[in-house]
Amino acid sequence: MAGERFVGTPVTRVDGLEKVTGAARYIDDLQFGPDLLHAVLVESPHAHARILSIDTSEAQKVPGVVKIVTGKDLPYKYGLYMKDRFIFPTDKVRFVGEQVAAVIARDVRTAKRAAALVKVEYEPLKPVFDPDEALADGCVLVHPDLGDYPHVPWFFPEADTNIAHWRKTRKGDIEKGFDEADLVFEDTYRVPRYVHCAIEYHGATARFDHAGRLTVWASSQSPFTQRHGFAEALAPLGISHKDVRVIAPFVGGGFGGKAGVTMEIFAAALAVMVPGHPVKINWSREQEFYNTYQRQSVVARLKVGVKKDGRITALKHVLNWDAGAYVEYGANIVNAVGLSATGPYRIDNVWIDSVCCYTNLPPSGAYRGFGYSEFTFGLESHMTRIARKLGMDPVAFRRKNAIKEGDTLAYGAAMNPSGLHQCINRVEEAIDWGVKEDSDDPAKAIGKGVACFWKAPAMPPNASSGAYLKFNEDASINVLVSGMEIGQGFMTAMAQIAAEVLAVPPSKIRVETPDTDRNPYEWQTVASHVTWSCGNAVKLAAEDARKQIFELVARAHDYQVKTLYLEDEAVRSTSNPDFELPLKDFVIEGIMNKDGTFMGGPIMGRGMFMPEFSSALSDPKTSQGGKPNVHYTVGAAGIVLEVDRETGRMKVKKVAEAIDVGRAINPDLVKGQIVGGIVQGLATVLYEDMRFDENGRILNPNFTDYKIPTAMDIPDETVPIIVEVAQPDGPFGARGVGEHPMIPAAPLVANAIEDALGVRITSMPVTAEKVAMAKKDAEAND
Amino acid sequence: MVQELTITVNGEERRVPVEPNETLLEVLRDRMGITSPKCGCDRGDCGACTVLLDGRSVRSCLVLAVEVAGHEVTTLEGINRDGLTPLQQAFLDRNAFQCGFCAPGIVLTVTDLLARNPNPSREDVQEALTGNLCRCTGYAPIIDAVLETIGGER
Repeated sequence: MAGERFVGTPVTRVDGLEKVTGAARYIDDLQFGPDLLHAVLVESPHAHARILSIDTSEAQKVPGVVKIVTGKDLPYKYGLYMKDRFIFPTDKVRFVGEQVAAVIARDVRTAKRAAALVKVEYEPLKPVFDPDEALADGCVLVHPDLGDYPHVPWFFPEADTNIAHWRKTRKGDIEKGFDEADLVFEDTYRVPRYVHCAIEYHGATARFDHAGRLTVWASSQSPFTQRHGFAEALAPLGISHKDVRVIAPFVGGGFGGKAGVTMEIFAAALAVMVPGHPVKINWSREQEFYNTYQRQSVVARLKVGVKKDGRITALKHVLNWDAGAYVEYGANIVNAVGLSATGPYRIDNVWIDSVCCYTNLPPSGAYRGFGYSEFTFGLESHMTRIARKLGMDPVAFRRKNAIKEGDTLAYGAAMNPSGLHQCINRVEEAIDWGVKEDSDDPAKAIGKGVACFWKAPAMPPNASSGAYLKFNEDASINVLVSGMEIGQGFMTAMAQIAAEVLAVPPSKIRVETPDTDRNPYEWQTVASHVTWSCGNAVKLAAEDARKQIFELVARAHDYQVKTLYLEDEAVRSTSNPDFELPLKDFVIEGIMNKDGTFMGGPIMGRGMFMPEFSSALSDPKTSQGGKPNVHYTVGAAGIVLEVDRETGRMKVKKVAEAIDVGRAINPDLVKGQIVGGIVQGLATVLYEDMRFDENGRILNPNFTDYKIPTAMDIPDETVPIIVEVAQPDGPFGARGVGEHPMIPAAPLVANAIEDALGVRITSMPVTAEKVAMAKKDAEAND
Repeated sequence: MVQELTITVNGEERRVPVEPNETLLEVLRDRMGITSPKCGCDRGDCGACTVLLDGRSVRSCLVLAVEVAGHEVTTLEGINRDGLTPLQQAFLDRNAFQCGFCAPGIVLTVTDLLARNPNPSREDVQEALTGNLCRCTGYAPIIDAVLETIGGER
């Protein structure tokens, strides 16, 4: 770490000025001229129904309607990991809001008016909404043809069931583990669905020109994955990858919701139907609830065995996930949890079943935390409860079982370097753990809670990142990457990494949002992996540029390469303290020889990174044998919560969260992730409460009734704590942190409520009403 | 029935054709190409569309364009003309925003607050911001930047 000038410093965001001035352009800010067409979708009112007929004749008559498209026009399937979804279904709809047709018109109002005139005749079918029901014998099948669907080799769907994927992890001997235990404790935890609620809607505009070129502008975390998805889905039309171009401007909040391919497929497909015209689709807030991805709900059955001294001997975790009508992305969440639902603990005997169930609720997919928030609610609630049953301090209990570098993970690989113990210690100190606090108001009680957590990037083993770096005449730099700036500070982190290698300040480095024609490949901006993966690619690109610089200077000025170094935008040599050659003198124009000729040329670095040690191949019965996760980021958190004994109303007095980020490229931005992530996590436990009716309709698809936190709903104090145990294969030791901060929020609250009032809530959200009712029930039973 | 209105936008008198049911937000974005006000809910919940109407912050998705004929509208584009305000500078220095989508609305809401109350308490700032939703930051860096602008917490 010594001597680093830019990495590890809280530099100003390189996109900061664009954002405080409103200059930053988001998808809906792009202009496409007077030929722009607008598309509005016709959506199913039924959760499960057969499509009998679609009559577009009345809609067609509306002046200004250009084209109406149904599944007959575009009978193509798509899916990132599992191809289970048609662009427009022709046989059945499987959730309320599923798109059956689109109206393309000259303006939005006309398109909406015409869409209301499309007559679709349905035969309603029995729906299924609950994962346990979906698994029951004789349940209606959401996908009767599941056995024929193409999918990645590490998914295990079961034909003629609603099981889209079943990840089984088996380590040691689970029965022996429970036999050895002095105490075995079981319970069931329920986590409902949630929605991302990025303030920016999803939006996309696409143009298929008369030369066969498809350009898609999209608010996207995944421009290259989208390009691949569009090219594959539309391949029957003769479109190949080189013909597809995705341009992604700033993203107004992603949180996983703009990962993979969601509504952008409609823009791409509809553009093909009206060659020459750009076609725009913008979601509404209501569609943000129905028609992106939701976070899955889960029923988690947990059984843990412990010795009297606190050692965990066995853990059995059975998780039934309601993944919705299509799991093309969501099944990977179930997979990730199936490998990691032990939490960050060393446990010899493990049994995990993580079962991905089709239901007739909206499709699920990536949401910040990728399944870890969901299983951590039960797991970390359970850890505190079992410690209390043993008469042991919940922090001491966690410390005793906390995972360390080299410990064997549930799937048999070894744990990466980890500062979990430091995180626990720092949090314990920050919340004065063990010191009982009383509220000034006798009507209120104060409770404390702790939770540990971890998360690994869930990625295919060959997920990769590329970077180009080019110098300009004044030695300023453009870094070309295809990671997305979704608010986390990706651009700034990349600028700092390049700055560090090339001794050029981050303020002289421009990182732009990508265009897949110009920028190199990036898998996706998901999984909290871009600082690590794309950061490695940028570092390699900068080192490549530096090598070119040194070789040129060595050739021109007769220095040995090994004596050359960079400082303050200039090349220097250890062999001659007087030598100083500013980068701007030669990075484009080259170096002049005595005879007036030049050597050199534009300096352009190239870097690529793929985790070549990773493998998803393992025994499907046990998950042993592979190395599916590249590393885990670990952390611990603590809360001081005040709760009204009568009403259950809660106030977060203090939250402390410590995360081992390996190396904070920009500590200010890491703290930003922690402070913001905690609030997003607390929202899922304290405020957000999505309700469906018995027909699968959402009762509160808007911000009036689905409450996300305002500036009044935040903790009185948040203490973000950065722990740095370097990740050996990370850029300057960094590993990811984007998703992690929200993971422990729910069990923190549940644990603090029990500490304060003696009642235990085992289902999310933990609302005031639920707490007050639980308290009343407990008093009635006394 | 389209009618032509005169609205002063960022100091410039503009004549624009509008439909009676068009909102100020639609007119600013779609008819004038002024894109700093954003649409995040279209029902007054999120505040991303905040603009100043005769100096007071309003949600432009809830204001019909015909209502503002003869009035003065200021968006962030208008605020920027004399360089960054101390408030914008504090937001920049503190890395107060993440995705930035809510930023234009928040800058204008706080601009309005500080014009009415040059010395707000932390709670005053929080209360003023309740109509501007931010999903990224947890608000704390935004509130801290506002308090820094007025020379620290009272």
